[in-house]
Amino acid sequence: MKLRKLAMAASLATIGLASALTAQAAAKEQYFPVLVYRTGAYGPNGAPWANGYIDYLKLVNAKGGMNGVKISFEECEFGYATDRGVECYERLKGKNGGGTVFQPLSTGVTFALTEKAAVDKIPLITAGYGRSESSNGAVFTWNFPLLGTYWVGADVAIQHIAKKEGGMDKLKGKKIALVYHDSPYGKEPIPLLQERAKMHGFDVQLLPVAHPGVEQKATWLQIRQSRPDYVLLWGWGVMNSTSLKEAQATGYPREKMIGIWWAGAEPDVKDVADGAKGYSALTLQHGAEPNSKVAQDILAMVHAKGQGTGPKDEVGSVLYMRGLLSSMLAVEGVKRAQERYGKGKVMSGEQVRWGLENLNLDQKKLDGMGFSGVMRPVQTSCLDHMGSSWVRVHSWDGAKWNFTSDWYQADEKVIRPMVMLASGRYAEEKKLKPRTPEECKQ
Amino acid sequence: MIYRENGQFKTSYAADQQIFPIRQDRYAIAALLVFAFVGVPLLADEYMFRAILIPFLILGLAALGVNILVGYCGQITLGAGAFMAVGAYAAYNFLARVDGMPLLGALLLGGATAAVAGIVFGVPSLRVRGLYLAVATLAAQFFFDWAFLRIKWFTLDSSSGSVSVSNLEMFGWTINSPVEKYLFCLGLLAVFALLAKNLVRGAIGRQWMAIRDMDVAAEVIGIRPMYAKLSAFAVSSFIVGVAGALWGFVHLGSWEPAAFSVDRSFQLLFMVIIGGMGSIMGSFFGAAFIVVLPIFLNQALPWLGNLVGVSISTVGVSHSEFIIFGALIVFFLIVEPHGIARLWSTAKEKLRLWPFPH
Repeated sequence: MKLRKLAMAASLATIGLASALTAQAAAKEQYFPVLVYRTGAYGPNGAPWANGYIDYLKLVNAKGGMNGVKISFEECEFGYATDRGVECYERLKGKNGGGTVFQPLSTGVTFALTEKAAVDKIPLITAGYGRSESSNGAVFTWNFPLLGTYWVGADVAIQHIAKKEGGMDKLKGKKIALVYHDSPYGKEPIPLLQERAKMHGFDVQLLPVAHPGVEQKATWLQIRQSRPDYVLLWGWGVMNSTSLKEAQATGYPREKMIGIWWAGAEPDVKDVADGAKGYSALTLQHGAEPNSKVAQDILAMVHAKGQGTGPKDEVGSVLYMRGLLSSMLAVEGVKRAQERYGKGKVMSGEQVRWGLENLNLDQKKLDGMGFSGVMRPVQTSCLDHMGSSWVRVHSWDGAKWNFTSDWYQADEKVIRPMVMLASGRYAEEKKLKPRTPEECKQ
Repeated sequence: MIYRENGQFKTSYAADQQIFPIRQDRYAIAALLVFAFVGVPLLADEYMFRAILIPFLILGLAALGVNILVGYCGQITLGAGAFMAVGAYAAYNFLARVDGMPLLGALLLGGATAAVAGIVFGVPSLRVRGLYLAVATLAAQFFFDWAFLRIKWFTLDSSSGSVSVSNLEMFGWTINSPVEKYLFCLGLLAVFALLAKNLVRGAIGRQWMAIRDMDVAAEVIGIRPMYAKLSAFAVSSFIVGVAGALWGFVHLGSWEPAAFSVDRSFQLLFMVIIGGMGSIMGSFFGAAFIVVLPIFLNQALPWLGNLVGVSISTVGVSHSEFIIFGALIVFFLIVEPHGIARLWSTAKEKLRLWPFPH
């Protein structure tokens, strides 16, 4: 008994001491907690994202901060495990005057945090992932799936296929397989695909792959048997390259495979190189952008000073840019909040939420920040937490990713009713009262 | 010196048969309980509750359940995570589908469902033992993983396969804040620990231990192996199931089958092995070791690094966390193969003889 008490007291004391030490640094700084996974099965994909995220924060600091407010940040490694992610969230949320925003880069953690963030009043940005119905800001007041959701991705995938086939009416009787990571992440697009399948009369074949996705022989055997016209790939980490290798072994044409952005970065195809030639992936706006101005800025102002977070040649790669973009959206949310609540001040979670809800990044602003060509303008509102649903497709040519399509926009007429239905169900289940337009004006 | 039972005479059978026959133990336990119920809520902050204490309590409860089966009855199981899942999903279904189902009722029914599942998957234990049984129980793990992923009925057709529970309430008491959740879990844990302690020192516990030590001999002296083994499976799965329901309801709030993966089963088995097989207290030691230590290492390492002026990268911390944690497991198993609980009882023995150890 005594031993346990002693151990408890010792751990209490040490943790208290550790938090006291870090709390001293809290001057006039906006604190960005960063949940990352640089280790584990998904580490190769998580690391560039984290590096991009942090490098952009460093860039903002190098440029003088957000209207004079410097950014402090801290990483917490959770290895893509939901329970450790929640632990990280709990650890960081109250530090240094409170976390500004959280971006977990994990759909599982997003699900777990959705309710907690509302209680703690911290915005949750899930740029391009998370729960699709959370784009309804009236119900999901603290979730921001900025720049699109999985439903947007799935919708555009169908549009892209239709375009290749020569029209939506040509989809009738076609067979589309979804090879997905068997987790909330991989299951997200299913309702939309089924909805679209009903509309256009094509078949959806669901092929789940168990975590971490290195064992796919059975899945691809099924594909060999049923010969679907297209394969959508909803994988992450090592699962993607395995899928591509299996496709190669099965002889399934890579040109007929389309991945979501989680399956459309360099680590996914590099090992397969020529075997992945012709494989395309949806980009929720950006692809690999090593020549963009913001990437050059980071090389000049962060890496040149030896402060770069990751390797230099990674700057501008797809996932790096994803992290960078996510980071930029959070920073812009804070800056927008400052316009209302006072420039040069540290913003609270509630104020940042207002900023994110009233985000308006037009082309001029984007150009000024060095994002021209990387993304299109975004405008959010209290009810629309997504802001934009533009998507491009890029393809791997054996050495790098090139854009191979024009801009697509997800069909509001399909997605909106689904979002309203799903978020309405959520509100009912949780006994939430959706915000009215009047409440939004406050 | 302090810990000595000299002069404590037992004058009735009741006094001789009580759980803690030594007065100092009774006081220590009472003090610990008072500290846990009153002191901790005053001392700990939100992070301590949410990230450390609540997971510790719930996994401690689960480890207690596993210990009954593995430690007391000697039936190795690798399906504990599955029974946690059964408890969680059953409780969720009872709560969501039955109108006016009270929280406690749902939790207990979840436990009962897990007990039934435990009996079904315990049937192979009548024929196979040891490692073969472990493999047989692994089947439970894969079966339930599959069932909760694939059979949509269990998740109320949730499109993502993730289910969630909120607005916990019991007898008009809304369990919302971390302190309330902590007290709720602690209360349940205390009740179940008392229950388990009494079970294992009663007739049924002695039957389990007889089966564990030598099942043929036990059968010869009139113990029915089927009854003993299956009752151990039932009681163990019941407790594990309640722990699973708490894990989903109280700790995670929303969960997917991955929360109860095979990793969880291994984790629970390790808790029992490291904590001490056949010891109620050992379950808590094991849970503390497995739950708290990695988090503690994760935070202590950067801090230690700062002390000597080295900044360790996140990756470095994460890797060394695994290395040190693994090394400590090996260390404890070499120093004391019977678990941390054995160290604890050796310490007690020494204290009794102090200052003249022999």
